[in-house]
Amino acid sequence: MKKKMAILKNGLFTENPVLILVLGCCSVLAISVTVKGALGMGLALTFVLVCSNVVISALRKLIPDQIRIPCYIVVIATFVTIVQMVLEAYIPELYKALGIFLALIVVNCIILGRAEMFANKNTVGDSFFDGLGMGLGYTMVIVGISVFRELVGNGTLLGYRIIPEGYQIRIITQTPGGFFCFACAMAILIAALDKKGKKFNPQIGCDGCCGNCNLGCTSRTPVTDKTSKEAEK
Amino acid sequence: MNELTVSVSPHIRSARTTRSIMLDVILALMPALVASVFIFGARTLLLTAVSAAACVLCEYLWEKGHKMPITIGDLSAVVTGILLAYNVPVSMPVWQLIVGDAAAILVAKMLFGGIGCNFMNPALVGRIVLMFSFTSEMTAYVFPKTSIDALSSATPLTVLDKLDMSALPQLLYGVHGGVIGETCMIALLLGGVYLVARKVISPAIPLSYLGATLLFTWLFGGAQPILAIFSGGVMLGAIFMATDYVTSPFTTKGKLIFGLGCGFITAVIRVFGNYNEGVTFAILLMNLVVPYINDLTMTKPLGGVTEK
Repeated sequence: MKKKMAILKNGLFTENPVLILVLGCCSVLAISVTVKGALGMGLALTFVLVCSNVVISALRKLIPDQIRIPCYIVVIATFVTIVQMVLEAYIPELYKALGIFLALIVVNCIILGRAEMFANKNTVGDSFFDGLGMGLGYTMVIVGISVFRELVGNGTLLGYRIIPEGYQIRIITQTPGGFFCFACAMAILIAALDKKGKKFNPQIGCDGCCGNCNLGCTSRTPVTDKTSKEAEK
Repeated sequence: MNELTVSVSPHIRSARTTRSIMLDVILALMPALVASVFIFGARTLLLTAVSAAACVLCEYLWEKGHKMPITIGDLSAVVTGILLAYNVPVSMPVWQLIVGDAAAILVAKMLFGGIGCNFMNPALVGRIVLMFSFTSEMTAYVFPKTSIDALSSATPLTVLDKLDMSALPQLLYGVHGGVIGETCMIALLLGGVYLVARKVISPAIPLSYLGATLLFTWLFGGAQPILAIFSGGVMLGAIFMATDYVTSPFTTKGKLIFGLGCGFITAVIRVFGNYNEGVTFAILLMNLVVPYINDLTMTKPLGGVTEK
């Protein structure tokens, strides 16, 4: 159970999909204008992520390696279609507000990324908790940003007016404001993860195979003589 | 032979400091303030003072909070505050202006490391934030009661095609609608001449900017190219904003390219764009390419070997 909690915490904070892995930012920037939309989007994504993680993990030994990406897409698209149809039938208002971004969950980097990086290597139980953690991590960030943006930019919260008309800073609801809030949220999370005297060092979801990696990440470990000799062989 | 002094460069020092330069800029901005009091009333003084104070306060609080050296003594925040105040209409609510000041100093300047590190002109970033946040307040141009002809009903830029050269004197005096610091051309030119005479700014950027605006407005078939450079914010921008040391190129060649680019973008936005005025976007866009202009126009040492 301890491991499960660690996986959950991983998705929420230390490997937060949006702020640390920087995946799925497009929908975060676009949907975080209203709290309602953000909540709907977050829950829809969490549902799809948990289901697809579980199914892909269960099928990981059946799926041939060469065509795994199409297989993942089929699984993910199935769940996205379910969400779409349910929302259209029962909450048409939210369905309309999310628009194209609901359908775009199919190609959301977080879901495909977790399928590739986690679900196809781990057990069904672990994958469930990874999907839950990552999904809630996404929901937490998008709702957090949307609370600020709706309150400051529009003066309302869940549609109720908090700040009187005429005292809004509209740029926060616009695209530049979205990027600004996104950057601030990232800075806040990283500052919170900094331990005293030790800077937080994000491991960007890699297996530490730095030898042939071109990413300029800070956690790069120098290639030792042994590995380079092995590479020569 | 004991009187030889051995030291590292720089060997020539001048008495000029950031503070004295900024003081010169503030002095050069004063004629426009005096003119704006006559054109729009005493509220311009209030806006300018509040804006300058808010900028200084923001910088002080940020540096205090981060335990950095306090740099408000160099007066650069005062200049930012005055310039931002010059970019709002006289009817602007004070709290909105302070939001703009905070955006200018905290976001555009301090987040990037304070004076010398900002990659965009802070006052213009503040203006953009205000423009997008409070569009109706920012475009609520107040029209001086003293003026009686066409210019009293709209800013000159919106009715440029209906004007002829006889409107030139009125544009020079600045008795027409607009933001508080941009209307009086005589006052702005006076400040510009002072800055050039004091060698605070090089005339390269203002001249190339205004020249390019004139040229491209004419080439693109815009109305009244000559009046165009005397209306809107182009004069204020060319003299005081595009010449900001931090965000303009080092070399004269670079400055000419920078001014040319600013003029080109201003004319494109004015003639083809949805906005009446393109000065802000022009200068900010050119700010972004300044590092590349610097790289490409670097002075080669005499007799230096060219890299192959």
